[in-house]
This record gives sequence, structure tokens and C-alpha cells, in this order.
Amino acid sequence: MNLKSFLSSRWAVAAGFAVAAVLLLVVAPALLSSFRLGLLGKYLCYAMVAVGIGLAWGRGGMLVLGQGVFFGLGAYIMAMHLKLADAPPSTGVPDFMALISSDGVPAWWEPFRSGAVTLIAIVVVPAAVAVLLGLATFRRRVRGAYFAILSQALAAAFAILLIGNPRSTGGSTGLNNFKGFFGFSLRDPANRMTLYVIAVVALLAMVAVARQLMVSRYGELLVACRDAEERVRFLGYDPAAIKTFAYAVAAVMAGVAGALFVPIVGIVSPNDVGIVPSIGLLIGVAIGGRTTLLGPVLGAIAVAWAQTSLSERFPSGWTYAQGLLFMLVVAFLPGGLASLRPIVRGWRERQRPSRTADSAGVPSLSGSSR
Amino acid sequence: MNVDYLELTDLTVSFDGFVAVDRVNMSVLPGDLRFLIGPNGAGKTTLIDAVSGLVPATGTARWAGENLVGRKVHRIARLGVGRTFQTATVFEELTVAQNLDIAAGARRGLLTLARRRTSLPEVVVKAMDTIGLTDLADALAGTLSHGQKQWLEIGMVLVQDARLIMLDEPVAGMSAEEKDETGRLLQRIAADLTVVVVEHDMDFMRAFATSVTVLHAGKVLAEGSVAQVQADPRVQEVYLGPGEHSKAVAEAVLGEGA
Repeated sequence: MNLKSFLSSRWAVAAGFAVAAVLLLVVAPALLSSFRLGLLGKYLCYAMVAVGIGLAWGRGGMLVLGQGVFFGLGAYIMAMHLKLADAPPSTGVPDFMALISSDGVPAWWEPFRSGAVTLIAIVVVPAAVAVLLGLATFRRRVRGAYFAILSQALAAAFAILLIGNPRSTGGSTGLNNFKGFFGFSLRDPANRMTLYVIAVVALLAMVAVARQLMVSRYGELLVACRDAEERVRFLGYDPAAIKTFAYAVAAVMAGVAGALFVPIVGIVSPNDVGIVPSIGLLIGVAIGGRTTLLGPVLGAIAVAWAQTSLSERFPSGWTYAQGLLFMLVVAFLPGGLASLRPIVRGWRERQRPSRTADSAGVPSLSGSSR
Repeated sequence: MNVDYLELTDLTVSFDGFVAVDRVNMSVLPGDLRFLIGPNGAGKTTLIDAVSGLVPATGTARWAGENLVGRKVHRIARLGVGRTFQTATVFEELTVAQNLDIAAGARRGLLTLARRRTSLPEVVVKAMDTIGLTDLADALAGTLSHGQKQWLEIGMVLVQDARLIMLDEPVAGMSAEEKDETGRLLQRIAADLTVVVVEHDMDFMRAFATSVTVLHAGKVLAEGSVAQVQADPRVQEVYLGPGEHSKAVAEAVLGEGA
């Protein structure tokens, strides 16, 4: 790799981030109503989960069908803190609990009265769960469809657990009606704008982390594990550790996304964490292009946007459209929309046979071209 | 000076009662280019599977003062044991250089892993020269020919710092020239390392083997130089069937000197 291409790629990346920041932080707030901007904030949360799925599935080959679990862990941890902070100081019991029973707050809620504990738990709990699960499954060489089914079953179990404990989790209604966010009123438009900005910054930071992981030696190793796990093992690496790391990073991204989702959307319920939303998150990644850096982000935002606008017009039609779109992509465009560009380029090359066939060139060593 | 050697004592592998490798005793010294031959189902591949940790075994496989039996695959690899597979297994969506860089990096720290590679390690540059793929450093491994993939896999084993190298049919499907090049490559490697080659190709074996072990039905049938093994009546019987064989027939299958 020569210095020139290194610099140009680095500048190109910086420019890309700058353009994204201007679009999201300046253009979008100027053009969108506060209602639409809130929706965009919600889509950005889905996009954060998608960045993690792109890493774990696209690069690591782990078909994570249950990211709703980690999204839900982050969301519920944040929601518990907000409910406890909103509770009347005299009793310290959140409104929905006081309605159902007079037993007070369950012991496992208590740590989340502290804002610091909550913020740490949002990162640590999803990471710890992912590490335990990852080591337990990848050490036993559970992969492919078996891993996918396992992760999906986990999402189902998590949703059932939430519904089954209405007194401590709000049951199928979930937790909602939040008034403040770390001392700031959620009714104040300025504070809602701040939350949107936090979501934008978090998403850009996650994309930067994912990019660094993809171009690093670790990223190459992860692709190697995806394509020939046994070979990696015979070279002296432990593939379980390599895959678990990517899985845990994806889990943390989903957890943070869930934690930001709660104050932005104002509700979290089992409907946001079960099988259906978990697959919904994955569809955006598949459509956008799972192996690319930006495909998952753009795909997730586009699918979430389409879901909102189409379900406004055809309330029951969206589910079918989503399923159809997923099948079409899997059947005809396994690399997602991101793979259209090389396909179109190849088609154009064929249209102009005078050009030499090898002009596509050998892929560069930097890996940034992928 | 490399003083590590491989010593198998009563190495046994059985699958549900079927004994694939039956109390094999064998030693391979550094500098040796040992060929493991035998009819189909003799247990050749299973033997190197057992040494590399892919299948569970009993008995001992002593290497560099450690017993390899019962250890995990990646731990065995870190003791300096490398192997290739019958069908070359390389990372098809990565370049030749990336493949070798990964192979060279099992002992890298987290900080190195988290960073982008800025230059190629010297061992990788050297290995690309050894296996003759320097010009294809930036080509995706998936675009290589069958023979080139085999060489890349051998290169990966070299840069992983393996001192015991086990190759499973490295010349299967290669052209005559590719076979010759591979043989010379193996001879260069074997000067410093301990190399075991599982092979079906008798011409290739005769041309390049330093010593030969013949396996039959999981047991060691004969061991020695190429000439000794070819002349062994038990080996002739296994390859040609029971009874007397004319010198001409034996030479047709096992080569001159049989």
C-alpha cells in the first residue's frame, strides 16, 4: 500500500463522516418537523443495532436473529432508571407498580436508581450476556442455522419472560410515560433535540468503531473465521474468542441503541424485543448489504422509514411487503443493494468490450475497497 | 538447531469400535521428508488428524517434549505443528498476503490486532518468495489455481512457525510441472523441519521421499527407504494382491527396484 492511497482513503473517510454529520445534524433538523425528527431518531437507534449486525453477521458469519435481546436489555435498564427517577419521592415506587400491588420495588430494580450504575449496566450487561453465550455456543462449534435458531429462541424466551412478570416489567404494556431524562424534562423540545443529537453522535461513533474493526487485522481474522473456521484453528487461533468478541461488540451496540430508544420513543414493550422486531432489524441489514460498512445503516433506516410511511397508508400491508422484499433480496441479491454497484459496473464493462477486461484491477491490500 | 522430533507410541484412533489407526509406533526426525503411503482406508489421514488434534486418540504423540494427544487443535498448533488439508483450505475472500499475514499472527497482542496492517512482516515476504507467489500478493486467494492454493497453504504453515509440518496429498490434481515444483519446495523445507506427507502418487513419492512408512488397515506394515519398502513382499501383497508377482508387474505399480 502506498502512502498516497493511504492518505486519500483516510481523507475520504473523514469527508464521509463530515457529510453524514452535516446531513444529520444540520439539514435534517432544518427540514423535518419535530415529530418527523423524533421518528428519524428512532430509525437511528435501529441503525445502531444494524451496525452491530453487519459486523457479527456480515463479517463474522454469525446469523444473529435475536439482537432484540440485547436491544431490550439496554432499553429496559434505561426504562427502569427513568421510572425510578420519575417515582414520587415519598414512596419511591413507580406509578405502574403502585397500581398493581403495594409490595414496593423489587430488589433487582434498586441498583438502577443510580444513574451511574445504569449507564455502566447498559454497556456491561449486554456485553457479559453476549460473552457467556458466545463462549458457550462457539466453543461447542454451534454455528450456521443452529446458532440462528438458538439466538432466535432466546429472543422469544426474553419476550415471554417480560410478559410473564407484569408487576416488575410492566408485562405486555411495557414501560412508558417517562417524564424526565437525568433531570431534564422530556416534554421540552430543546431536550428532545439534544437526545436526537446524542443518537447521531452515538451512531457515527459506532460506525467509526465498526470501520476500524473491519480494516484492522482483527477484521481480516474475522472474515477468515467466517470462511474457513477450521483453517484458523489449525493456525493456532481460538475462533471462539474471535467470534465472541464481534458478537459482544454487536451486543453492546444493540444495548446502547435500546437505551437511547427509550427516551426518544417514550416506550419500550415486549413488542420491541421479541422475534418479529429482531428479524425486522436483520432485514434492513440484508437489504442494505451485510458485508459493507454503510449498507446495514442505510438499509435499516430505509426499511424503518418505509415501515412507518407504508403502514400509515396500508396498515396491514407492510408485513407482507417486508417479507416479499426480504425474499427477493435473499434470492436475487444476496449481497444486498450494496452489491448492485459492482454488478452494474460489470454490466457496463461488458457493454463496452473495447476496454480491457482487467481494468477492474486487483483489490488493494488496505481492505478499504471492500 | 532444531532438535524436536515426532514420536508416536501406540497411537490408536477408533470410531464406534472401528479401529482406524491401530497402535502405531513411528518416529520422524528433523531433516527427514517422510512419506506416509498405503491403500485407501489405511488410516493415513486419520493418523495426521490424530496428531493435529482433529480426532480423539489414545496412546502418545510426543513432540518437543509434550504429548499432543488430548490437547485442543489451536494449542497443538501453537506448539509448532502445522498441517494442510486434502482440499486446500485458504481464505478465498482475502488476498494472498492477507492469508499469510493471518497465518503469521497467532501470537499477536490485542493492540496489534486492533490496528490496520501497514507493512507485511518479513516472514510473509520471505514465504511468498519461497512458494513463488510474490507476484500474486494482492490477488484474492479464491482466484488462484488449484496448485497455487496448495502452495499458499504450505506457505501459511511455514509462516505460522510450524516445525512439524503434515501435508495431506499436496500434489493431488496437480500437473506434472506443478508436482515437480512442489517436490523441490518440500525438499527445501524438509532440510530444517520435520515433514510428513500423506500421498497416493507413487511417482511423486519415489522422486522425493527420504523415508517411507506404509500403513495398512491402521497398522504400520513397513518402514524404511524407498528401495527397502518397494522390495518388501508384504507391501507388494497389499498393493498387488496375494501370491507371487513378476518383477515387471511389481515395478509397474511400485516402481523400479521392486
